[in-house]
Amino acid sequence: MSQADLTMQGVSTGSMAEPAFSVPAKKMAMWVFIIADTATFAGCLVAYGFIRNGTPDWPRPFHSITNVALMTFILLTSSLTMLIGVRSAQKGDKAGAFRWTMITAAAGILFAALHLREWMGMIREGATLFHNPWGTPLFGSSFFSITGLHLLHVTGGVVALIAVGLRYRGGRYKADDLEITGLYWHFVDLVWMFVVPLVYLLNLAH
Amino acid sequence: MTTAEDHKSNGLGKDLVVYFCILALAAIQFVIAYQSIDGSQMFVRMLIVAIVEGTLALLFFMHLWENRGLLWFFVIFTGFVLLALQYGWTDSFRLSHGVPWAK
Repeated sequence: MSQADLTMQGVSTGSMAEPAFSVPAKKMAMWVFIIADTATFAGCLVAYGFIRNGTPDWPRPFHSITNVALMTFILLTSSLTMLIGVRSAQKGDKAGAFRWTMITAAAGILFAALHLREWMGMIREGATLFHNPWGTPLFGSSFFSITGLHLLHVTGGVVALIAVGLRYRGGRYKADDLEITGLYWHFVDLVWMFVVPLVYLLNLAH
Repeated sequence: MTTAEDHKSNGLGKDLVVYFCILALAAIQFVIAYQSIDGSQMFVRMLIVAIVEGTLALLFFMHLWENRGLLWFFVIFTGFVLLALQYGWTDSFRLSHGVPWAK
């Protein structure tokens, strides 16, 4: 096994420096990605906040919170199922870990389906990326951009969960790989915690 | 170093407690949305609840509580980015609204 392989697995080889923050290299790479992605979403949400404040006729088109509440519940619960999957993997329960990872992926698919259903409803009402029937077109731009970016992350997460879960079951990946994928999934959940109040709840029609 | 063994020693009970706390906080956001309060007050309240939710997820779901070094790195870096964004966007608005042709 080469020194690079050992470093990838977080094993100290003696001649090389300790990994940053005592975190294995693969996990650290995921954290760097998460930090960079946090900056991306923060940029989008802060820009959205300024645009919303600077636009006098900002619409409040959401009449019901049922769909977004259901989506939030599904995504939060998927974080719990991911945790259970990772803990099962760490205990060596391969079947359990695979089952819970696939349940998490299924929750992600359900979330995406609900999200698309909501999008379709808004598009039918005339809202698009460059136009909306309730006022400023900036609403459509910011709504579809922010939720679309998040939906893209959810879709990517589902693909990653299925791919890593299958490879974990096949013995090619270890519990640590599942944990790293879980980190990404929790991040997607964390972003949604900010998207819901800022993009949906503040635009609720009273 | 945080290892699989460390995580294994922590039970699922704590995860469940954190999950229900986050779920309750999410519910509070929905309650705030129906309150008859000023938009800026609503924004502040929702943002505070979202920050608490996010912190819980970061500390316990993403296990940053077990790695304080990485936690500080994350907090300081993200804090810096947010402050820079506040400065950048505020200044860009000042520039775009302050120039003579803006009116």
